[in-house]
Amino acid sequence: MNLAYYPGCTLKNQGLGFETSALAAAQALDIEMKELDRWNCCGTVFSLADEDLMHYLAPMRNFVRVQEEGFDKVVTLCSMCYNTMKRTEQIVKDDPEKLKTINEFMYREEDYRGEVKLFHLLELFRDEIGYEEIKKRVIRPLRGLKVAPYYGCMLTRPKEIGIDDWEEPRIMEDLLSAIDAEVVKDPLRGECCGAYHTVNAKELVTERTRMIVSSAKKRGADCIMLSCPLCEFNLDLRQRDTAKEYTDFVGIPVVYFTQLLALALGLTEDVCRFDLHYIDPYPVLVEKNIIEEGEEVHGKKA
Amino acid sequence: MKLRLSVTTTNSALLAKVEEISGENLSKCYHCGKCSAGCPSLTNMDCLPNQVIRAVQLGDEKVLESETIWLCASCFTCAVRCPRGVDLSKIMEALRLLTLRKDVNHIEVKELTQEELDELPPIALVSNFRKMTS
Amino acid sequence: MEKKPKTKMISVFVMGKEHKVPQGLTIMKAMEHAGYRFLRGAGCRAGFCGACGTVYRLKGDYKLHFDLACQTAAEDGMALTQLPFVPANKATYHVRLIKKEGNPILKYYPEVARCVSCNTCTKACPQELEVMDYVQAALKNDIEKAATLSFDCIQCGMCALRCPAEIVQYHVGQLVRRVHGKFVNKSKQLNKRVNEVNKGKFDTDINELMTLKHAKIKDKYSDRDIEALH
Repeated sequence: MNLAYYPGCTLKNQGLGFETSALAAAQALDIEMKELDRWNCCGTVFSLADEDLMHYLAPMRNFVRVQEEGFDKVVTLCSMCYNTMKRTEQIVKDDPEKLKTINEFMYREEDYRGEVKLFHLLELFRDEIGYEEIKKRVIRPLRGLKVAPYYGCMLTRPKEIGIDDWEEPRIMEDLLSAIDAEVVKDPLRGECCGAYHTVNAKELVTERTRMIVSSAKKRGADCIMLSCPLCEFNLDLRQRDTAKEYTDFVGIPVVYFTQLLALALGLTEDVCRFDLHYIDPYPVLVEKNIIEEGEEVHGKKA
Repeated sequence: MKLRLSVTTTNSALLAKVEEISGENLSKCYHCGKCSAGCPSLTNMDCLPNQVIRAVQLGDEKVLESETIWLCASCFTCAVRCPRGVDLSKIMEALRLLTLRKDVNHIEVKELTQEELDELPPIALVSNFRKMTS
Repeated sequence: MEKKPKTKMISVFVMGKEHKVPQGLTIMKAMEHAGYRFLRGAGCRAGFCGACGTVYRLKGDYKLHFDLACQTAAEDGMALTQLPFVPANKATYHVRLIKKEGNPILKYYPEVARCVSCNTCTKACPQELEVMDYVQAALKNDIEKAATLSFDCIQCGMCALRCPAEIVQYHVGQLVRRVHGKFVNKSKQLNKRVNEVNKGKFDTDINELMTLKHAKIKDKYSDRDIEALH
């Protein structure tokens, strides 16, 4: 399978391990993801004002880039990029007038024809590759690893663009079953992490992190698995701030779904870039015999 | 919040403007409170999300000063659960924009410390600035 | 006696006032012909210094154009004004202390995160740079790309005046190129020259200049070699 790949800004910064593990896992599953030559920030949040066309420009321009490179399918990993771009994809279909106005404004670009289809990588795994197939390709089953999937907001809401049911999603649970990990079902898996309030109201996010992480831990999770670099930042690094506030707080690592998949497909840990995480997932992976003790990981030994 | 009911308040300019920006019909809301019940930011809010709708329905401009509209993180929990199909996240956005469009910021970028800027990922800054700066 | 061919006169509107000027002049020369004297807003007169940014519209055209007054021919019906200076937010940083970790651009210019990819900056660039693309490259920490795309910037500031997100693109570009020089492509020539300066290669020349009389310095300036213009 051959399709365009839209990374998003944070995957080139703090979320680098999300990208490297995803590309490696995709390659192992024979998905060829070609990064767009030119792309811009999607805007991260979809404009909720009906007449605010300015904020549709960024995602729309990315669709033009996909079209320019001759693709009709584009895949993204980041939940926020997915949400913003998918809702823009809808707008174009629902409102040709808006598309016309935006095309006229972007007169330097070729007209966007509204034919590009955006996928989240999880959708490709579920619908195009199939979890049965993934199961067959597993070399290192994650047996014994208890994982709490965390959806946050952007993958499943609003319903028009959700990749799964907005109250009872299972796309991540099914992936975990395919790679033989144990699913820990957490009622807070769809609860907002506080998102961008991490910039101006850190204490609010710190509290949310305490709730979400403690809930997963209480149910026996070894780690939390997610698909959004902002959730990752909040649930991982903000545990530092939570621990400052609550001295009895004990955290757990937060990983991307692509990192666990990469490990299960037998790829080496260096594609995961665990060194970029605040809470190192390495010790728990060793404890659960997923990674052998002493195995070299990014230059340091366990 | 003390409100006086009259024909003029229920046909206010505020209501018209919010409906225009959000594209939502606020009179569809019958105040079942489902949005408030499921809102993850509720504990920090100074009025309930459905009270925000009520204030706009009644043309009460004090709602523009409430913390609630800024604490909404557009998580869309209310939007998917509303039995009347009202997208409250769009109404919250419209109310924020009524301030932002007057060139008034809700946060000041220059107040962020160098340490914060060192660790905050672009995804946090881009989304925050979009929601909080004019 | 041969009759001199008559120069065609055209109308240009400078800040709303009509002036008749001969056809074929640059905007700068046309303005001088009309009686304006440039105390500020003119520098090299050769398209390099970026001091003479001009904004104009052409007759019957809604489009706004941005160019350098010294490089662009005045046209009949042109309505224009000079924009020789742009108030800009300039970050204070010490290149020596900039860290490679994280995104150094967002650290000093967090407002880069406000870019909406509207491409207005690119449209405003007289150098025809892909301004939006270099701002976006900076946002995604692609220093190499941002430095390459912004390399020909002459700091006229038109981008920063047009940006709806109030980003100061040309200063961002400058920081990007400094970070590039520090981490990505360290300049060998620069190190060589710094060594020469430190060893005193230019001391004699500098000392000579420092002790010159005012009038002599003026003479030196007017007699200096200038690259021929075409």
